[in-house]
Amino acid sequence: MVNRRRSRRLAAFKTVVYVVLGLFFLLPIAAMVEFATRGVGISSPRSLTAFTSIGSDPELVDAITASLELAAITSVGMLALLLPTMIWIRLRVPQMVRPVELVCLTPLTIPAIVLVVGFAPIYNWIEINVSDSILMLAFAYLILVLPYCYRALDAGLSAVDLRTLSEAARSLGASWGTVIWRIIVPNMSSAVSNACLLCVAVVLGEFTVANLLNFENLQVAISILGTGNARDSIALAVLSLVFVFFFLLVLSFLGRALSRRRGGAAKA
Amino acid sequence: MTAVPVTKAAYVRRPLGGRLRVSTAWLGAAPFLVYTGLFLFLPTVLVAVGAFSGPHGPTLANLAQLSQPYVVSAFLNSLVLSAVSASIGAVVGAVLAYTVASGSPDGILRRLVTAFCGVLSQFGGVTLAFAFIATIGTEGFIVIWLQQHGITFYPNGVWLFSLTGLTLIYTYFEIPLMVIVFMPALDGIRPQWREATETLGGGTWHYWRHVAGPLLMPAFLGAWLLLFANAFSAYATAAALLDIGGIIVPLQISRALSSEVGLDQANFAAALALGMVVIVAIITVLYARLQRRSARWLPR
Amino acid sequence: MGALDTRPIGASWGGSRSAAEVRLENLRRVYGSTIALDGLHITIQPGELVALLGPSGCGKTTALRLVAGLEDAEGGRVVIDGRDVTHLPTSRRDSGMVFQAYSLFPHMTARENVAFGLRMRKVAVAERRRRAGEMLELVGLSTQADRYAHQLSGGQQQRVALARALAIRPSVLLLDEPLSALDARVRSQLRDEIRRVQREVGITTLFVTHDQEEALAIADRVGVMRAGRLEQMGTPTSIYSQPATPFVAEFVGLTNRLAGVVTGGAVDVRGIRLPLIASDTPDGPAVALVRPEAVSLAPALEGFNGPLSGTVIAVSFLGAVSRLTVDLGDITVLVQVPTADATAHPGGSRVRIALRQDPVLITRDSSQGRP
Repeated sequence: MVNRRRSRRLAAFKTVVYVVLGLFFLLPIAAMVEFATRGVGISSPRSLTAFTSIGSDPELVDAITASLELAAITSVGMLALLLPTMIWIRLRVPQMVRPVELVCLTPLTIPAIVLVVGFAPIYNWIEINVSDSILMLAFAYLILVLPYCYRALDAGLSAVDLRTLSEAARSLGASWGTVIWRIIVPNMSSAVSNACLLCVAVVLGEFTVANLLNFENLQVAISILGTGNARDSIALAVLSLVFVFFFLLVLSFLGRALSRRRGGAAKA
Repeated sequence: MTAVPVTKAAYVRRPLGGRLRVSTAWLGAAPFLVYTGLFLFLPTVLVAVGAFSGPHGPTLANLAQLSQPYVVSAFLNSLVLSAVSASIGAVVGAVLAYTVASGSPDGILRRLVTAFCGVLSQFGGVTLAFAFIATIGTEGFIVIWLQQHGITFYPNGVWLFSLTGLTLIYTYFEIPLMVIVFMPALDGIRPQWREATETLGGGTWHYWRHVAGPLLMPAFLGAWLLLFANAFSAYATAAALLDIGGIIVPLQISRALSSEVGLDQANFAAALALGMVVIVAIITVLYARLQRRSARWLPR
Repeated sequence: MGALDTRPIGASWGGSRSAAEVRLENLRRVYGSTIALDGLHITIQPGELVALLGPSGCGKTTALRLVAGLEDAEGGRVVIDGRDVTHLPTSRRDSGMVFQAYSLFPHMTARENVAFGLRMRKVAVAERRRRAGEMLELVGLSTQADRYAHQLSGGQQQRVALARALAIRPSVLLLDEPLSALDARVRSQLRDEIRRVQREVGITTLFVTHDQEEALAIADRVGVMRAGRLEQMGTPTSIYSQPATPFVAEFVGLTNRLAGVVTGGAVDVRGIRLPLIASDTPDGPAVALVRPEAVSLAPALEGFNGPLSGTVIAVSFLGAVSRLTVDLGDITVLVQVPTADATAHPGGSRVRIALRQDPVLITRDSSQGRP
């Protein structure tokens, strides 16, 4: 009767939405794969030369390596900077929690394109006095990932009874380092892996800052390549997409497996 | 509970009392504060200062340059681009979010779509631009396929590499962003409200007009604002797609920064950046006010 | 108590309009392979408050939702005031519903909430405000009319929900465990409130709950349900003292399970012969279901250790009555006596139990249930 008719209509509506939007979102990705596997002429057979030629281009390989290294450095740096700070202020300086949160969410208001204008003179100085390696970008990237990683870690921390666990550990004689690394972090492993995941996704997809500071990371390399060789650059783009997806999957399974093994107190 | 031996070491480890304890605690946040001070606060200050600096000291010349017609038109283009892509993204995204939210909360479809949206909203701008070139570029998959069936995709010239094309491409990451931002609000809608409306004599239209609509409006508007700010600040896609020319503000900034004419242009870039910050800051404040109202009505 | 009210509805409703009869005829509801309701058949008299009582999953809420029209039945009819409403959508059924929680519209004040149904019926603004005000006064919340849901306590929210449901003057009032989400103290206060309002307005009401104390206190008649079926329908007194099935006996109130033998229309329990509710029960071993208040205590006889002698191992002070747990060696028995009498038998004392000669229910099911 009425309710059944309504649920049937809803089901039809849902199917239409999923099909139409599914097409809209999957087509460009499919098109990329199609483009990247095209042969030289119109009737040439499909080939994977676009993919294989990537390995033989030293500039590309450098860019890929650089981006991967940056992703790793930024993740580690983010955890080393954010995690202890967030735990510390929640336990000892609660009045700083709000201000720190505000600071971490600021990069959302001050977009990369604006920040990079301020980064330019700073990076000029770094180039002269510290190093001109592309890995210096990690400093900037850490700021860019702040809002996303803060939210992920915050979700994990709120699910852990910080005060009780740390007081219990301290009363048994643990140092602060032990409390953080051996008591708290294991209980928010999925939040930590989420935050790392976000770091990797953002760093691998970052273009603005690298481009305007004249560094050649993965996305910049794709862009440069694209001006000459559309097919190869798209092949590289597909690869980077696949890699990020794959990495996302691995990291999310890892996070869930770790928290399950430890009895998952915190379902972040 | 094991007894803690009262040794000197234990004393050292105990927190010190009173004033001394507080200053030790603040030190714990120092690394973070120093870092963000250097790499977040400092660049922002440099932008603000740079906007007002000239070759001979403080000046308003950079800001005056903002009133030039090509700059004004860049700002207008940016605003229009953001408004249109945010609107399309908001509406389509809301529909998709509603579709997903009305399914089972633990279902695999929901988790898949949410994960997909999470990734898509972070989709690198360059990759995205190239994906669309591969789809509806001059030699794109769709264009060629339609050609083989006798249909011309671009009867009036290629519009992909213009503001129109950019708007279309922006919806590709705006829609998933909308889903992520708006979904929590939809989850906060309790089924009892629908049922109560029905028992009180209201049908579907009444429900949306008097109950769900008003309740979701703050969240919807807030999400729209977020989408707007996101599109406004985007750079990579435009850079990969269009010439460095500068029909939108981010492209103007990049042109000013990479120009070889020296310091002057760097300060002009700062002025442009300051303009952007002001606009985005206003939006953020409005968003925060809407968020508060929505959070009061729609519990998580 | 329990008198059916068929007089024209009172002043709050303005005008004489007699209460409606509500019939659930052979309702059947299936979810996939689960049968939620298996031919439920109930007639609610005009102005009566019927409570549906049962454990979770017994189908009571399903039955309520079928009457409201929030779900469709696979078989059977719902008849309200002589009209077959089975195929009508919820919005046209003329029913008012109070949900367990969260049903007030958060963006409207209490008054606007109450006036909502009237707005749906296109009543003019001034008239809406007046009637909403009346309803709020009926539930005692006229001072809170301009508050929002989050500014009201749980009990107040439910009263607003009640006012909202009644504002449209429906033919039937449906309550889905309205007290379950509230604190214990608020619960009993509100329970009496609901009963008072229902009586004053004289509306036919269906009340669903899993709390047997609530059902017995509030209803004219109680329907005990299990696994989609109605086990017994009757007045609270008859449900309690003349349970039709062992399930009813054990679900409603406390029961002692005492093993015995049925011979010649009565049951022998530990040397005492008790009459049976169903005197034609065939002979054989059986378990007698005896209420704690049907057991009495006396001091144990020196040196005598019969099947009725035992030791008090626990005493629960419940105010006017006390509940004692007596260990008879092979089983424990719950005894309920006025507190004044309980003081003579403190924990550890030796006692003798006696069973009152009330007709008892027996069951052949000897598996261990609750005592």
